Amino acid sequence: MTLLFSGAEWDFPKINATFHALEEIALGELGLSPYPAQVEVITSEQMLDAYSSVGLPLMYRHWSFGKRFARDSALYRAGMQNLAYEIVINSNPCIAYLMEENTMPMQALVLAHACFGHNHFFRNNHLFRQWTDADGILDYLAFARRFVAECEERHGVAAVERILDAAHALQGQGVHRYLRHKWSLAEEEIRARARAEYEQSTYNPLWRTLPGAPAPEPSREPDAAEQARRALNLPEENLLYLCEKHSPVLTGWQRELVRIVRVVAQYFYPQMQTKLANEGCATTVHYALMTRLHERGRIDDGAFLEFLASHTAVTRQPNFTDRDFNGWNPYALGFAIMQDIARLCRAPDAEDAAWFPEIAGNGDPWSTLRTMWADYRDESLIRQFLGPKVMRAFRMIDLADRADEDSYLVAEIHDEPGYRRIRSRLADQYDPSEGAPLIEAIDVDLAGDRSLLLSWRSRRHQRLDPASMRQTLAQIGMLWGHRVTLREIDDADESVLGETAVPA
Amino acid sequence: MIIVDRRPNPQGKSLPNRQRFLERVKAEVRRAVADSIAQRRVSDAGADEEVRVRVSGTSEPSFRRAPGGDAEHILPGPGTLNRGDRLPRPEGGEGSGGGGKASASGEGEDAFEFTLTREEFLDYFFDELALPRLVRTELGETELSRPHKAGYSVSGQPTALDVRRTMRNALARRVALRRPDAKMIEAAKQDVADAVDARDDVRLAEARHALDLLLKRAASIPFIDPIDVRYHRHERVPQPATEAVMFCLMDVSGSMTEHMKGLAKRFFMLLHLFLGRKYSRVHVVFIRHTERAQEVDEDTFFRSRETGGTIVSSALVEMLRVQQERFPPARFNIYVAQASDGDNLHADAGEVAELMGRILPRVRYFAYVETAEGEDSHFGSGRSLETSLWGTYRALVEGSAPQLAMRKLAEPAEVWSVFADLFRREQPGRETAEAMP
Repeated sequence: MTLLFSGAEWDFPKINATFHALEEIALGELGLSPYPAQVEVITSEQMLDAYSSVGLPLMYRHWSFGKRFARDSALYRAGMQNLAYEIVINSNPCIAYLMEENTMPMQALVLAHACFGHNHFFRNNHLFRQWTDADGILDYLAFARRFVAECEERHGVAAVERILDAAHALQGQGVHRYLRHKWSLAEEEIRARARAEYEQSTYNPLWRTLPGAPAPEPSREPDAAEQARRALNLPEENLLYLCEKHSPVLTGWQRELVRIVRVVAQYFYPQMQTKLANEGCATTVHYALMTRLHERGRIDDGAFLEFLASHTAVTRQPNFTDRDFNGWNPYALGFAIMQDIARLCRAPDAEDAAWFPEIAGNGDPWSTLRTMWADYRDESLIRQFLGPKVMRAFRMIDLADRADEDSYLVAEIHDEPGYRRIRSRLADQYDPSEGAPLIEAIDVDLAGDRSLLLSWRSRRHQRLDPASMRQTLAQIGMLWGHRVTLREIDDADESVLGETAVPA
Repeated sequence: MIIVDRRPNPQGKSLPNRQRFLERVKAEVRRAVADSIAQRRVSDAGADEEVRVRVSGTSEPSFRRAPGGDAEHILPGPGTLNRGDRLPRPEGGEGSGGGGKASASGEGEDAFEFTLTREEFLDYFFDELALPRLVRTELGETELSRPHKAGYSVSGQPTALDVRRTMRNALARRVALRRPDAKMIEAAKQDVADAVDARDDVRLAEARHALDLLLKRAASIPFIDPIDVRYHRHERVPQPATEAVMFCLMDVSGSMTEHMKGLAKRFFMLLHLFLGRKYSRVHVVFIRHTERAQEVDEDTFFRSRETGGTIVSSALVEMLRVQQERFPPARFNIYVAQASDGDNLHADAGEVAELMGRILPRVRYFAYVETAEGEDSHFGSGRSLETSLWGTYRALVEGSAPQLAMRKLAEPAEVWSVFADLFRREQPGRETAEAMP
């Protein structure tokens, strides 16, 4: 076989040839089924641009993206932060960005990682299949961008910013955690237009009372209030949805802005839950593809060594006493778990047979891995597939941090009595409920002042950060238009830990 | 697979976001910029460099868990720990040792540093400042005219040829004069050939005659005639321009300490940047003086050193001379900025007052900045006493000279505020009220 390339210089024919060589292995040997790929070559500045708009190729305009850009480019210029080699977008076709600064071996690595690894994951993982509409996302973003720009023109940048700021603050509480129905983003723009038209057509100035007049006295009958409350479908954990649908003060375009933020948040929700699985998949795939290219004599030793250097750098996991420690590295942990599974599919030992009786020695590592990528998210993947060898390799410990003790306790270590607990605790750590706090709207005083009551259930004596809570409540208050109260409730004994209201 | 080269795409996609962000942190950017001006060396102020700005207060709130509570973290360990070991809690309560949680809950919004481009820097810097009482009456010099498209002409440069219009005219003329086209000539030739084949002499003669006529006609009516040709015409439209001249007067005598000169230079540096930024048509005249005054170029003004006594009137005389020679008040808005430590030969005061009496009516604005020693030398230096020049000018202000403004300047940190104070944009409306006759 001839070499695909030699040396660092890349050009388009080389990228093309490499892609097809990779494709042959990925589809043939690994059995992957990715979306068609679209590779886009960009400069480092464009990469920073893409960074600042949360990796999406087009995004509506907002100051926070400018802030992110300013910060990232400052860090980048100071040499404190490297740019990612690639960004990949869950769309159909799957778009992967390649930086022009990359060497050819790096481009090959990025192609393998993004165009086959991530791409396969996006297309096959059940969360993405259920939640996101890869066909429609780019069109939807284009619509969102246009819509926001139109609103800015019509109502002023400041007015739009107020709504977007408030909605951004609730992004963590702006997702449906359980599936209601799949969203088709392509129809989203049509629906938005229909909503606006309906509003226009039903708007009749004659029905309006004097400007600024108080709202009509709400019915005092308990039945009516109860009915209205039932219509709100409380408790509601998706606060953006609640504001969009039921806020007493938002007007049509404002509701649409809230909806846009909600749609984007929902689009990213699967990514939050599958960081480890997704990066593990991509890393496993690129490792396999690059190794096979080298075995087949398509890349030379120099390129392979360069690949290995990058690969080991991204899969480095400093331990928690290390100055570089910044939590778990999803590349490292995901790759380690998947390599372990692939190994025990081929050559299990007694321990593997005891831990993974269904898959140990089944002789088909790729099909096993494909199932793992399709059917699991981080939390369930760890619960199911984290084996003792990986725990030992990372020398995992369970460090207990109790509020009433002034030092940390090593509660468990990576040994026979500790494995199960460590695995289950680590899986808990990846549970979505450990991410953005789950806050529910539990009551709206429809008969009275329309104030909104939220609750958060505290576990393990945790509290919400009071300063940011107050600011966030103020943002909800902006969207809701009336008083908003957050009640912190202890999950264990139902006692109320505190109540914060805005305006106080 | 599709490969797209996005590199030629327009850069700066995030520019609108950046502008929105800057708008958001405007106040902080301004303060940071003012600080940076105060701290920088004089020679840096005009340099083409970027400005680093540190801002905070751009937090994006969200619900987060507070540190504290009971938590368990599964962490990659060093391999030396055993069950039941205790580790000290790091400083500051729940710490980074707690691991994953700190990063999972989103980092606190700390202040961060970023870079302003020079353009942005100047924009922010001079936002809301303007030359006071600027009057927009004069038409500019001829060089200020701009070419505007003004229809078509029958003469012009070849580069300005309007091909479409020319061809259209030619076609119209050819049609009107019934110039035979190639097809007609071809048909006539065919007729001749047919007649030859038919051996019909009469027909042949007729056909020949017709062809001759056509050929003659074609030859006498040109395909393109000079009368068809049209050129784009451009007219130079004079642009109404505001012409202004700024006189910068600086005392460089021995009594001005390095500190004071530094202050004065900073002030003028700002003024220079400001004028260059806001007004493309502002002439700047630099005059420095000791007991003699001379007009110098920008570089000498800011960088060279000189010592000697102080006679302020010399600078005023020089200023008047330059003004009379080159800047008639009918055409120019005249501004003067003067920096001095206030020392002046006592005998000169009358002369100064008399000159000012002649200068002030001609100028829109006369800003006087008196530089003083820094805080440390305030003790017993008699600074509380009024300087001779200050006294002279104060008398003028009290005698109602609306054009004259005076400020004291002692610290580099004050340069910006004094400057901003002097050139604060006036309320709309006032400008017209004080328009020049």
